[in-house]
Amino acid sequence: MSIYDLTFYLFAAITVISAFFVVTTRNIVYSAYYLLFTFFGVAGIYVLLGADFIAVVQLVVYVGGILILLLFGVMLTNKITNVQIKTGTVKLVPAVVGVALLAGVLGASLLNTNWKTISSEVPFSTTHSLGLLLMQQYAVVFELLGILLLIALIGAASMARK
Amino acid sequence: MTYDFFFNLTGSYVWADIIQSLLPLFIFILPFALFAVWLERKVSAHMQDRLGPMRVGKHGWLQTVADIIKLIQKEDIVAENNDKPLFNLAPVLVFVGTYAAFAAIPFSSAYIGSNIDLGVFFIVAVSSFVVAGILMAGWSSNNKYSLLGAMRSAAQIISYEIPTVLVIITIVMITGTLNLGTLSEMQTGHFWNWMIFGGPTFGLTKILLIPFMILAFGIIYTSTLAEVNRTPFDIPEAESELVSGYHTEYSGMKFAMFFLAEYANMFAVSAIVAALFFGGYQSPVGYLGNLFNIPWLVPVEQLFWFTAKGLFFVFVQMWLRWTLPRLRVDQLMQVCWKYLIPLAFVNLIVVGLLTLL
Repeated sequence: MSIYDLTFYLFAAITVISAFFVVTTRNIVYSAYYLLFTFFGVAGIYVLLGADFIAVVQLVVYVGGILILLLFGVMLTNKITNVQIKTGTVKLVPAVVGVALLAGVLGASLLNTNWKTISSEVPFSTTHSLGLLLMQQYAVVFELLGILLLIALIGAASMARK
Repeated sequence: MTYDFFFNLTGSYVWADIIQSLLPLFIFILPFALFAVWLERKVSAHMQDRLGPMRVGKHGWLQTVADIIKLIQKEDIVAENNDKPLFNLAPVLVFVGTYAAFAAIPFSSAYIGSNIDLGVFFIVAVSSFVVAGILMAGWSSNNKYSLLGAMRSAAQIISYEIPTVLVIITIVMITGTLNLGTLSEMQTGHFWNWMIFGGPTFGLTKILLIPFMILAFGIIYTSTLAEVNRTPFDIPEAESELVSGYHTEYSGMKFAMFFLAEYANMFAVSAIVAALFFGGYQSPVGYLGNLFNIPWLVPVEQLFWFTAKGLFFVFVQMWLRWTLPRLRVDQLMQVCWKYLIPLAFVNLIVVGLLTLL
């Protein structure tokens, strides 16, 4: 087993274990911090795949943005940490059907995808080509997404004023 | 270059990686923090017309060593109602976030921890771990001063990240690279090639750019000052209202780790400003190594220049700290959202138009 494999398993273990604790722990602040490790693990896997830009964006958006916002929400809410989160089983049948369907779809796509395997090469930076793609081929989509985010922002601000 | 040296020395990539990544900590951050804490006390003392530490060593230069020995010996107090796992993890997380930034800082052409293409962007990204760590410290302390300090600190850091990133984008737009090593290489030659003087290419654009570069430098220096929670933006640990902010409950080595992270962070942001605007590790006048034809001297000189520039900006931070009073919370947000961000935006657009010339 090479150092590359070891690193992969390390990050995979961090991701999976912390994701498991995100859903099972009863303390909402702990959940949020386990999520931090999940994001970190995913970012590590991106780096191993040679997607350096996505890895860093993952950190900026999820750790720097969403997670901090989540923590702010939790900490500003009065006595939210004392609330016991219910983790019992309700509606067993629909849940089982849903999970089975999702697992089936994921499993089928795993088995049926024609995985491209390329022999490992020295990773190169993706930033330049990604920037060109976003500004040329997908410029319209990129701008539309920007407008969508702006609309969401204005909506949030106007709701907060009420 | 140092990496190849360690690879030849140990014969293994893993060991070379480990040594390479530990270098800044032992060679740089620890001695720097020891020196900077002493310097801060001396600067503050002399500005207030007193002497500061004088007893340990000549002019008290061993004072911080003595302080560290004291901190190591101290009992590690964890209060009854602290959230123990998070309380213990928080200083580590804050330090990790700070230390990770040093991976992309170009100390000299021979030593850049990891010469990744994303450079500055990576530094901005990992600094979000610091915010998470500060919130963790504030919340797990189970103390209202800590929590308030942590909230203020986090709000301040994420707000002031926006003008910082806008200025970084301005620079990236001119140079076309995020890599701090390449950025430093571009500003080679003499000091008029530095970004603050309009960058390396001569022409009308260069002269027109100078005022906007100075403005950009002002914006980024102000906002990085806020990002490291220094006066006049030190409301997260405003002693007169919040005891000591998010590290009120910490003692002993954990407190020392917060302290170390703070000083390491001060140098990191100064280094970024130096690399973006003041030529990174490039000498302003040329190298003795080139003059006397000694190739190995050049990287050493570069390390000297880089450290000198970084230390100069750290000194300015201290100077400001003991000169200016503290802002109020509402003023703080006003400065960021009403002045710095619009200014940075206008600057970005103007510089964009100028580079099209």
